[in-house]
Amino acid sequence: MVQILSGAVSLGLLWAVMTIGVYITYRILNIADLTVEGSITMGASIAAITMLNGTDPYVSLFLALLGGMAAGLATGLLITRFKIPPLLSGILTMIALYSINLRIMGTSNLSLLKKKDFSEMNTVYTPFESLGLDRNEAAIVVGLLVVATLVAILYWFFGTEIGCAIRATGNNPNMVRAQGINTDTTVILGLVLSNGLVAISGGLIAQSQRFADIQMGTGSIVIGLASVIIGEVLFGKNGFLRRLISLALGAVTYRVIIALVLKMGMPANDLKLFTAITVAAALALPVFKEYLITLKKSARAGE
Amino acid sequence: MLIVSGLYKTFNAGTVNQKEALKNLSLHVEKGDFVTVIGGNGAGKSTLLNCIAGVYPPDQGCIIIDGTNVTRLPEHKRAPVMGRVFQDPMMGTASDMGIEENLALAYRRGQRRGLKWGITSRERELYRTLLKTLDLGLEDRLSTKVGLLSGGQRQALTLLMAVLKKPKLLLLDEHTAALDPKTAEKVLVLTDHLVKEYDLTTLMVTHNMRDAIRHGNRLIMMHDGRIILDIKGEEKKKLTVEALINRFGRASGEDFAFDRALLS
Ligand SMILES: Nc1ncnc2c1ncn2[C@@H]1O[C@H](COP(=O)(O)OP(=O)(O)O)[C@@H](O)[C@H]1O
Ligand SMILES: [Mg+2]
Repeated sequence: MVQILSGAVSLGLLWAVMTIGVYITYRILNIADLTVEGSITMGASIAAITMLNGTDPYVSLFLALLGGMAAGLATGLLITRFKIPPLLSGILTMIALYSINLRIMGTSNLSLLKKKDFSEMNTVYTPFESLGLDRNEAAIVVGLLVVATLVAILYWFFGTEIGCAIRATGNNPNMVRAQGINTDTTVILGLVLSNGLVAISGGLIAQSQRFADIQMGTGSIVIGLASVIIGEVLFGKNGFLRRLISLALGAVTYRVIIALVLKMGMPANDLKLFTAITVAAALALPVFKEYLITLKKSARAGE
Repeated sequence: MLIVSGLYKTFNAGTVNQKEALKNLSLHVEKGDFVTVIGGNGAGKSTLLNCIAGVYPPDQGCIIIDGTNVTRLPEHKRAPVMGRVFQDPMMGTASDMGIEENLALAYRRGQRRGLKWGITSRERELYRTLLKTLDLGLEDRLSTKVGLLSGGQRQALTLLMAVLKKPKLLLLDEHTAALDPKTAEKVLVLTDHLVKEYDLTTLMVTHNMRDAIRHGNRLIMMHDGRIILDIKGEEKKKLTVEALINRFGRASGEDFAFDRALLS
């Protein structure tokens, strides 16, 4: 059980990076960006192939970041320059990335094994593992370090002039333009930042699992949204710092819930159905609430 | 200060919904003028203001602000010389952001935005002082989300944001239409006060004839994409609602069935 939980927590922390990326587009920019399904795989692909070619694991994460940012830029240009609706723009980049990721890897999955003796390659987790931590513990330490650093950086960034402009863009683009800000630029910046983070997450996951797979992004947007919503519901939305931390907690909680329902005997193949229903229910919550309120009112009126 | 010449704007050209919203419209506004703009629904008032602000480009004609031809400039590049308040109180502010954050966005209009803090403590003092003059108690609620304010409070704040950088042109598009009469009156008084204090060149669209007559030093009436009346100076000062209705009838050649609502 402890093993299962530590596995869930470590996975949750690595996916927390992706969740923060989803939060930037979904909540801050007010765009449901499907690019992430491709950019998370892209991050994993780039990290895996560069490491297999001898690149340092940290550098490979940096290259993954650049790849993700490029994917975000592509979607951003489709939305702003070509006026393609955001949802469709994201789908287009996502589909394109499927082919691109296959080209990057040259195959549909890669294992991070040394060519010589098929032993495991060094990753960003290796230094912590050599301190005597097991795999999950090492991933938890790295995950915590990365998430804490990102939360600090993003807390600062969204308080700067550019960050404020991006936040306002998702809120009211008309007003933002009236204040002399180019909303094309702020939308692109947000997408670039978001997909960069998602790709780092993909790279971290690939290094942790010691493989990259072309399918790993499928359904990731829903996992990201589920994590965002769980974080908001359980840990609140007051204050930006708190929201950022709640994203990480949401991602971890999601993984723990999944681990528990699997343990209780739900077939793994039903996972995506379970997640989709959870997210749909959470998103429908306001409607249910309203319905209940009117129901109560009419009940009172009928008395 | 503002020269609009030969402006044409057609929406949905070539479809059954084709609508010529502006037809060869020209207008010169002097520095310091406060022009009220009146006209029936669909006369093209908002289209005129939106063309000036660069929300969309005109089909023909040109717009010159303080000697600069801005006709082809995108909206965000014209914004530095313009302050705008819209009919919908939701339009002018970012509702999920605080009062001070909204003011800070407006305070940086026309400046390069970088990685400096989005708001400084010195600014906060300035905002507090300015908000105090609104007399709405907002000076003690700097970090309150704008979404929690009433329509009137939001319009007052939007007005303050619009004038904060002393724009060359203030564009008000029925900015009191969504407010109850008492609040509308308050916002109009504030408008007059700010226009005087900052010595602004102003275009104010209103649906209310009396307001159009009471405010400003010049009144233009639009009808069917054109300016059909332009009243200024002494004549404007002496203007009455009845005289305005009569002149509308003569100028438009139409029987005066024109929105009685305008009189309300
Ligand atoms: N974005 C638009 N698309 C299509 N038609 C529009 C648009 N904006 C305005 N119109 C049309 O142009 C005409 C003038 O509109 P508008 O300038 O909003 O009038 P006013 O502000 O004087 O009531 C109206 O017939 C309106 O339906
Ligand atoms: Mg209008």
